[in-house]
Amino acid sequence: MTELRNKKFIKKLLSGMPLILLFVSVLNDYNFNFLDLKYFSFNFSYILIFYYSLKKSEGLGYTYIFIAGLFNDVVVGTPIGLSSLMYLILCGAAAYLRNITLRPSLVKDCIFFLITILIINSLLFITLNLIYNFELDYFDQIINIVHTFLLYFLFSNLFDFFENHFVGNIHAR
Amino acid sequence: METSRDDFVIAIRSAFLKKGTQQRFSLLGLIFFSLIFLILGSLNFKAINYVKIAINEIVYRSSFIVSTPEKFIKNNYLVVQNHLDLYEENEKNKSELVKLRSKDLLNKFIVLENKRLKNIIDDYLVKSDTIFAKVLSDKGSPFLKSIIVNKGSKHDINLGMIVMDGEYLVGKVVEVNYLSARVLLLSDLNSKIPVIIEPNEIFSILSGTGKDHGVIQYSKKYDNIQSESVIYSSGAGSLFEAGIPIGRINTNYSDEKRVEFFSDFSQLRFVKIISFIKSESE
Repeated sequence: MTELRNKKFIKKLLSGMPLILLFVSVLNDYNFNFLDLKYFSFNFSYILIFYYSLKKSEGLGYTYIFIAGLFNDVVVGTPIGLSSLMYLILCGAAAYLRNITLRPSLVKDCIFFLITILIINSLLFITLNLIYNFELDYFDQIINIVHTFLLYFLFSNLFDFFENHFVGNIHAR
Repeated sequence: METSRDDFVIAIRSAFLKKGTQQRFSLLGLIFFSLIFLILGSLNFKAINYVKIAINEIVYRSSFIVSTPEKFIKNNYLVVQNHLDLYEENEKNKSELVKLRSKDLLNKFIVLENKRLKNIIDDYLVKSDTIFAKVLSDKGSPFLKSIIVNKGSKHDINLGMIVMDGEYLVGKVVEVNYLSARVLLLSDLNSKIPVIIEPNEIFSILSGTGKDHGVIQYSKKYDNIQSESVIYSSGAGSLFEAGIPIGRINTNYSDEKRVEFFSDFSQLRFVKIISFIKSESE
């Protein structure tokens, strides 16, 4: 592993992995719809952005997150700028949590994440439904929020593992 | 009390105004940018539209490349699934083929007769052009059910053209870029098209649900709609030609008149984009 770390290219690739993951996830939302899982959808971008804004803010720059949001709007078909706004609010919430936290814990992070995605999805719903007259399904939204929240536990541990073993960041818990 | 309010303000200020290392913009600045994009975009501001078109072209192409691994997994999964169902499907197909061959002869006669009669009343629509397009990406997001195709205004694609998978209707073009276009699928919540339900000749509106099926709305003869009835486009509004097959009614799941589409929208790879014009009456 030490040999790997010394190799500049691999080191750069590993430290840029969150950014690659972010752009891959917005360009290709992994919804597993071909498996016919009717009640399964989650927002991987939210998990990734929240985790890295909270734990390792230099991993994902705000400008890249803004651009990823624009890309997501184009892919999903929502008004341009809306996803960027939601992603940046998520970053803001994560940065606020980082500033007020003295003793970090995964459960607290998760609860704060749940509250944030509830607010974000409500804002998204209100904007799309009331201003842009998009029809949205409440049930799908709830399913999405619940799965995103539950999967935060899993992905948070995976990202911790990745940061500790591959990137070697001492700040990651 | 005063101290906790100060802490809150400091934390908020630090979160939204402080620039991190290698950050060019603060969070608040970028939030303003997003809001400007949103507001100007909704006002159809020209510069924003050009930015949007440029992003569209980049994103649609890169999305096609990025989604290759997922498509590979998806295709292999479907190949395995198809192999497992092969024997059962073959038996079913054999029996259906016998029935269809006999029906086909009768249909050919009816189609010719219908064409002749519609020509007499000057209501016969003909396909103007058929453009074949490849599906670049099919995003089943919770917000929109749409696909991106690799043909745009360069290939004479216009807004409102209809999109078919073989002989089945799948949607219509809602956004045209230079080299690509977005097709709103019939399953989208915002899709509403006039249809006719046979037998009984019931005119109604087919609405998308955001899932893989549609529902029948707004019909006085709602209760007369039977399970297994076939849905065709009604031709009202002259956007679609009448009689394009769409799906079949299924009332097994609930009281609502659910429409199972003939075409599987998650499996679209190539589609036909067509517009209809009135034929010159002879």
